[in-house]
This record gives sequence, structure tokens and C-alpha cells, in this order.
Amino acid sequence: MQRFFNNPDDIVDETVAGFVRAHRDMVKLAPDNNRVVMSNWAGTPGRVGIVTGGGSGHEPAFIGYTGRNMCDAVAVGELFSSPTAKTFHDAIRAADGGAGVAVLYGNYAGDNMNVKMARKMAAKDGIAVETVVANDDVCSAPLDEREKRRGVAGEIFMWKVGAATAAQGADLAGVIAAAQKAIDNCRSVGVGLGPCTLPAVGHPNFQIEPGKMEVGIGHHGEPGARVEDLGSANQVADDMVKIVLDDHDLPEGTEVAVLVSGLGATPINELYVLYDRMERQIEARGLKVWRPYVGNYFTSLDMVGATLTVMALDEQLKAALDLDCTCPGF
Amino acid sequence: MSSIANAGAARIVQEIAATIVENKAWLSEIDGKIGDGDHGINMAKGFGRASDRIDPAGTLTDAMQTLSDVLMSEIGGSMGPLYGMMFSDMADSLGTAERIDASGFGAMLRAGLDGVQDIGAAKPGDKTLLDALVPAVTTFEEQTAAGASFADALAAMRKAADAGRDSTLDMVAKIGRSARLGDRSRGVLDAGASSCALILAGFAKGIASRLESA
Repeated sequence: MQRFFNNPDDIVDETVAGFVRAHRDMVKLAPDNNRVVMSNWAGTPGRVGIVTGGGSGHEPAFIGYTGRNMCDAVAVGELFSSPTAKTFHDAIRAADGGAGVAVLYGNYAGDNMNVKMARKMAAKDGIAVETVVANDDVCSAPLDEREKRRGVAGEIFMWKVGAATAAQGADLAGVIAAAQKAIDNCRSVGVGLGPCTLPAVGHPNFQIEPGKMEVGIGHHGEPGARVEDLGSANQVADDMVKIVLDDHDLPEGTEVAVLVSGLGATPINELYVLYDRMERQIEARGLKVWRPYVGNYFTSLDMVGATLTVMALDEQLKAALDLDCTCPGF
Repeated sequence: MSSIANAGAARIVQEIAATIVENKAWLSEIDGKIGDGDHGINMAKGFGRASDRIDPAGTLTDAMQTLSDVLMSEIGGSMGPLYGMMFSDMADSLGTAERIDASGFGAMLRAGLDGVQDIGAAKPGDKTLLDALVPAVTTFEEQTAAGASFADALAAMRKAADAGRDSTLDMVAKIGRSARLGDRSRGVLDAGASSCALILAGFAKGIASRLESA
């Protein structure tokens, strides 16, 4: 294992410390919890606070989406492990500006439990908390069991839309409705070509045989739902577009935002190779790409692979994506 | 009726913690086959830290509360809240009791199980820690209701927990990270059931070795 670390137990603390040092023009640590990263603009009176959180190892997610007109506070967990209920609670307190807090997070068992407890704690402080649970990963459950699907890179659109809506002055119900619409309009798929390694474990979580790929791979190295022969970039791009759009069933002429993210160890140029084909395939199916995003937006340590997210747009979502924001990740 | 003193039983939690730390690599390895491979690391971190903060002369009640606090406020993940609630509700159930007999321990187990089921959404058969915990609790209750001694009921509980853990081998995961694998989750033990069986075995061993007849 060729990796940069000191004591593996300190990796998350050191990641967060370096992050707030590097981006101090936008973010800082919460005063009482070094696992809460907060925006320098957090707690604006009268504005709905935006909170997210999740395991570490996905950088720039989740902390990179903290900033002006983005998330107000982010709860930080161990590598691939949910933050504690206390940390979610502290993030909610940090984000509160008196108008309630929207916790926008991904559908994972640990996050569900810890947010549930944090919400109870916040109720005792008199802070109104509502949640949206992202479930955009197509291969993690069938469409008729969408509530079982996990949340992946579509969360970025959910945060952007929720935070922009809060910035436009909406109340908590309005922010929740907008964030829910954003994630409802998202579909994602991941393809893995190589596994990832937690430094404290020291060896890969699973194996992918040479010449194979895992379709539907999870953001934590969960093995994919199916294993197939690794094709050319164009074949993989076609497969990913097909999986996402077959699930989406969008009317012809729909405008979409497209986000292609690397999983950590895939060279960025290969993301552009994929994107070149993906956009043409998406448009060949009668859709219009209104805005593309290509880069490492939501990673999984050193996994080799990529994800594709497609969000169907309307005027409200376009305006939310267009709203100016300042954060390290977007 | 045999029982143990609550005071000084804090050591049982430290013994359980030592077992978890010893099994760190094994727990992470089975977790890595169908999960993300961090179960042993996070369990060892939480139980190890708690063990350092526990006064060995203290009560089992206080030791379990300390363990719960560490799991809930420092560990997170799924196991933090699940085991955190289990130990917190077990500690509440024992309360200020001076001695722990079979009925007190049975009530403590049941409270722990209720705590896990309250915070989590799993059912028996979903390939989770409940598949070790539920048969262990019901076996202990059945044994004591049938007139078994505390020691015999503990031994039966431990066996039931191990059998429950082993039953997860053929199960398809229905909840948590491995659930998305469907049939590919079959053939591997569940990491949560495995750590739960270690915890229950630790209780059985720790209590049995301290039993005094009144």
C-alpha cells in the first residue's frame, strides 16, 4: 500500500485540520467539535440552515460543499462511517439561524440512525429540523423500492438546490421541497474497475479481476450488483447512460444537468473520454444537456472508476444551479 | 440463588473490550467481504477507548454507560448507535442494583434488545446482529423460566448466540450496506452478529466466573 498517512487513526482529524487551514477564507471548525466543518457564513439570521454529513474518504464530498450559498455545516465521520449523533447535532446547532435546519444526507443505515437521534437532540434545543434522504443510485434497488436506494453523487445537486433555495429566502418547507425535487429528479450509476483500501485495513476491500468491471458499485467499495467484461470507454459510457436513462423515463426535449465524477484513482482525462461519448448518447435520446460537470466531485478513496448522475431540470432547478456560490468543491 | 455483585463487575466490560480488540482483524475481514471492512477497526476503537476510561472497581452499570457514551459520541457508523443504545438501555435496566441475579440479567438483556430494535429497522433473518441477539435473549428467558440455574442459562445463551451467528452464513442481507448485494451476500458471516456473539460470550464467561451462591 503506497499511501500518505501518519497514524491511520488520525487520518480524519488530519484531513479536516488541513482542509480548514487550506480553505480558511470559506470554512472553519465549529467551536466545540472538531468533526464539524462550518461555513464562514453559517447561522445567517432568518435563513434556513443547510446541514449534511457522512463518512470521510469521499473528498471533496462532504466537507468541500461547505460555504456561501452552499452547506452551512457538515458532520464528519470516520472513513466510510457515519458521523456520530452528537456530531450531527453539533452541525445542526452550528447551521441554525433561527429559521430551522434542513439536513440533506444519503440513505445509509448509520446516517439514518444518527440523524434520527440528532434530530431528537435538536428538538430539545427548540430547533426545527426536517430531512431529505438522497436515494439516486439506480443499481442499489429496483425503482419500485426507491426508498432502499443509497445516495451517491446526486447529493451534490440536492445540496446545491437546497442551499440556493435557502439563500433565495424560502422557509424550511420550501427548502425541503426543493431539495426533495432535486434528488427525485436525479439518477446515478457507478462503475468500478479497481477496489479501494482503508489505510487502517491495509489491503483492498474486495477484488476486481483483470478485464472485469463492477457495474453499480457503491461509494464505499460495496461490490457492484453485477460483474461484466470491461469494454472500451465508449461501451462503458453507453452502458452507464442506458442504465440511468432507462430508469429515468424522461420526455423528449427535457433539459438535464450531468455530473461525471471520478472515484478517486481514475485519471481525470479518462472522465473526459467518457463524457465525450456520454453527452452525445444523452442527446441522441432526445435530451438536452443544459449543464455538465466533469471532475472528481465525489470520490471513494483510491477506487478506480466513475459515476454518472443525470438530473432532469425545470426553471426552478436551473435557477438554483445558477445561483452564485463559494465553496471549495463546486 | 446465585448472583454477582454489581460493584467490581466493571471488569467484565473490560474483558469484553479485550476480546473485541483481539478479534479486530477477523471482524474487519468478514466485514470486508460484503461490507466496507471497518467493523473491527471501529469496534476495537470504541471498546478499547471505553475500557481505558472504565474504573475496574466500578459497577457493571457505570461501565456499560461509559461504553455507551463512547460509542454514541465518538464512534458513529451503524454500530455506534446500535450498540450505544443497547448498552445504555442495559445500564438503565440494571440501575443501582447491588447484585445481579438471573432475573436481573434477563431483564437487562431484554432491555438491550429493545434498545437495538427501537433505533434500528432490522428484523431477525435480515443478517444483522439481531440474529445472534434475539435467540440469545429468548434462550436465556426460556431457560430461567424452565428452572435452569443462572450458570446453565448463561451457557445456553452463549450457545444460542453462536448458533445465531452461524445461521447468518446462509442468510441474504436485507438491511445495511451488504443488503444491496442480494444473493452475493450469502456465504459470509454477518460482522455485527459475529461481534454480538463475542459480547454475549463475554457476559456469559465473565458472570459465570464470578457467581456466588446466596
